[in-house]
Amino acid sequence: MIKALTIEDRLGLNKFVVDEETAHITVNSEMCATCTAKPCTYACPALLYTVADGQLKFDYAGCLECGTCRVVCPKPGAISWEYPQGTFGVQFRYG
Amino acid sequence: MAEERMDAIVVGAGPAGSAAALTLARAGAEVLLIDRAATIGSKNMTGGRLYTHALNRLVPGFWEQAPVERRVTRELVTFLTEESAISLDFKSRKFGQNSYTVLRARFDPWLAGLAEEAGAMVAAGIRVDDLILENGRVVGVRCGEDEMYANVVIIAEGANCLLPRKAGLRTAEIDPKHVATGVKTTIELDRRVLEDRFQLRGGEGLAQLFVGSVTKGLPGGGFLYTNQETVSLGLVITVAGMVQNPVRPADLMEAFKCHPAIAPLIEGGRPVEYSAHLVPEGGVAMMPQVTGDGVLVAGDAAGLVLNLGYVVRGMDFAIASGIHAAEAALEAKAAGDFSRAGLAGYERRLHESFVLKELEFYRNAPHFIESTPRMFGAYPALIEGILGRMFLVNGTTEPQHVLQAAMAEMQGKASLWQLGTDAWKGVRAL
Repeated sequence: MIKALTIEDRLGLNKFVVDEETAHITVNSEMCATCTAKPCTYACPALLYTVADGQLKFDYAGCLECGTCRVVCPKPGAISWEYPQGTFGVQFRYG
Repeated sequence: MAEERMDAIVVGAGPAGSAAALTLARAGAEVLLIDRAATIGSKNMTGGRLYTHALNRLVPGFWEQAPVERRVTRELVTFLTEESAISLDFKSRKFGQNSYTVLRARFDPWLAGLAEEAGAMVAAGIRVDDLILENGRVVGVRCGEDEMYANVVIIAEGANCLLPRKAGLRTAEIDPKHVATGVKTTIELDRRVLEDRFQLRGGEGLAQLFVGSVTKGLPGGGFLYTNQETVSLGLVITVAGMVQNPVRPADLMEAFKCHPAIAPLIEGGRPVEYSAHLVPEGGVAMMPQVTGDGVLVAGDAAGLVLNLGYVVRGMDFAIASGIHAAEAALEAKAAGDFSRAGLAGYERRLHESFVLKELEFYRNAPHFIESTPRMFGAYPALIEGILGRMFLVNGTTEPQHVLQAAMAEMQGKASLWQLGTDAWKGVRAL
């Protein structure tokens, strides 16, 4: 039987080299608090944007580096987006 | 300033960047190919299938030596509803070497390796943070503390298109209407099982595109490509579609996998990777300025993707644009003029080759696809309904001719007028 996998299980298939020092994507909590739609919370293919205690949180460790959040964000500047530093981040073995 | 200045720096070792670096190196130019991945290819992702024509010009018969997956000999286009799958199945010996499925973590290091063998310097694991500008002219790249200078910088960094903005080549933010999000699950299958299941022999491969319930009626579609011992299964959905109708591509992926028409194809398979990527689908409408003083933009960064619904192409456009960028840089070197005017050969070549000829020809295709939601919901349901009336037999319903069945099925799904105008627009756009 084919079963739907949780997002955690799917990200667990991948190899990540996490930059423990620097987050390559950060969110501006104040700007995000004024955003009602929060499309990042459903559009992110890795579902890394979550709201906890009314605050938007982003967990950069499982990022697939696609850039969807950057494009979908209705508040210019709310998401500060860079690629991880060289050698860090997701490492596709198939791609 | 007495800095050392190379002929060219290429940012990004995907198909566009490596094709550019290879072309430059073969001509004896001093070129540096930089990529942020620790291992070339490990940041790159495709659906994916490579149409061979562009690379075949640069490396004739490349499939003999390149780590390609399977030669596509069978094409399917499938309309999907929650319960049904209706396919057009095109199997032919005519395909020849038309296209191969590829996995980029395997394919890209090979192409970058060719560039390196030809004399290009390849620097992996280095992120280009910024461009160095002097009097508005791009003269090099900055990577952390390091500065590297070149007469031309070729930006082939991919769909997110961050560096062209820093060169002033793109001012607007990426429009959600112009990009789609692609998600993919790579599933390992025993080679024999895979070949039996998809009716393939030896190195033959299958490519299948899906339209309909896979995206819950939103613009986009699904794909399935057979690799040597894996299947690439995924979907693409326009970002604008997701903004208007909150759906999670992460959930659509799993629903697609579990669809009654898909599940048996991957039964017994082992998921091995989950990946995502932006697809620049806006065509010429989203192209940044691709030539500036000392700088050229190629591949996904230039928005060079063609999606016609039944054919999706990016890597052949990327490779051709990389080659043309390199040719223009060589021309500029010979003339000693690296200004925008001196690099004008790039756009001239793009216009003369299939790259802009085809993107200009199909310039209305992205708008047609995006503005015809019936393609993704009502029409698959309509086809399912008509075929249902034709093939389901119970001996009690009033007999009907196919035309009557079709008219009855159209009730509430689409009017004749809509069908007519959509068909008319479609045949002119695609």
